[in-house]
Amino acid sequence: MATQYRDIIHNGLWKNNQALVALLGLCPLLAVSNTAINALGLGIATTLTLILSNGVISILRRFILAEIRLPVFVLIIAGIVTLIELMMHAWFYKLYTQLGIFIPLIVTNCAIIGRAEVFASKNAFLPSVLDGLAMGVGFSAVLLLLGALREILSAGTLFAYSDILLGEFAADWQINLFESDSGLLLAALPAGAFISLGLLIALKNSLYPD
Amino acid sequence: MVSSLIFIAMPVAHSAFNTAFRLGLFSFLIIGLVSVMFHLTRETIAENEYQALLSSLKAVIPAAKFDNDVVQDTLSLPPYSIYRARYQGQPAAALMISTAQGYNGAIIILTAYSIQEKIIGVRILSHQETPGLGDKIELRKSDWILGFKGLSLADVMANHWGVKRDGGDIDQFTGATITPRAVVSNIKQSAQFFLAHQREIFQ
Repeated sequence: MATQYRDIIHNGLWKNNQALVALLGLCPLLAVSNTAINALGLGIATTLTLILSNGVISILRRFILAEIRLPVFVLIIAGIVTLIELMMHAWFYKLYTQLGIFIPLIVTNCAIIGRAEVFASKNAFLPSVLDGLAMGVGFSAVLLLLGALREILSAGTLFAYSDILLGEFAADWQINLFESDSGLLLAALPAGAFISLGLLIALKNSLYPD
Repeated sequence: MVSSLIFIAMPVAHSAFNTAFRLGLFSFLIIGLVSVMFHLTRETIAENEYQALLSSLKAVIPAAKFDNDVVQDTLSLPPYSIYRARYQGQPAAALMISTAQGYNGAIIILTAYSIQEKIIGVRILSHQETPGLGDKIELRKSDWILGFKGLSLADVMANHWGVKRDGGDIDQFTGATITPRAVVSNIKQSAQFFLAHQREIFQ
């Protein structure tokens, strides 16, 4: 049992990392990794969605007939994302204005339906929730790394505007690494997202070949 | 004969019905959940939107200059959305939201013109300009936008109104001329509209 859980965690964080290995969910990954704080916000929302959707689908797996499993997965995931969006709009308004247009993008993250199909629909509740958590944290870690990298290169700062996500106490978290007028603009643009992610994957593959 | 037909048809019919029934049930449950949450959050969301609009309006006009419910006192004169600030029942200022065409897409601009024909304040509500170049129109990146405060509309209408590249008085940014030019010419247009329609706005 313990080995099973250890495998799930190892898979999610590293061996089958959704962003670096499975290359799923690139649409939100590339769009929202322009600053570390944006990346962290989307990472938290994605992880929450993964845990909830894996849990719900695992509970309902015996009621979901094979022929209609895909539309039902889509329904459940879209429903959960809409619920999260409404709750953020009401209770975390500042964060909502920052991440608003990206929240519906979580639905397009194929990692979520991928985990529903591959794992949650075949496994019990606890392992499914753990799989959602591990996959979510693995995805968020890459998202945050990419966000930090792009923010440093393009603006010379790290964790700018932390207070938008984390509240007033984080207002002085911003680290100024160097003064720059426009930095490496490329890193902030979409092309920079592709290049940075490509470099990260290359680095991982060269350090840890299969 | 009939019973054997039913016997053959039964499993297929049952399966199709069962499939449709379950799909319908799931849709019903999820739509139900979303509707409940929508009703639970509706008032808080409306209040949030109201406060957000009020605080962006207050960014261009000091709270001491008006005493009406400026968010509700609104009218639309295409292409402008206008909020009317009044003090003790008398017109004080018009807050105009307009759209300029920037380098990368629409720039939404909020300007406040006082009844004394001065600019009280200008802010950028949203834009997609290039990070590090055109985005200096944003207050959190640069205080360029504050330079408009207090200018008289006579200045805006004069020939020297423009960015330096075009022979005017206003600074552009290194590497970005199109963005500030779009903002500056948009202010001229909305100021012109304000001067021509003051009576209509406050009637």
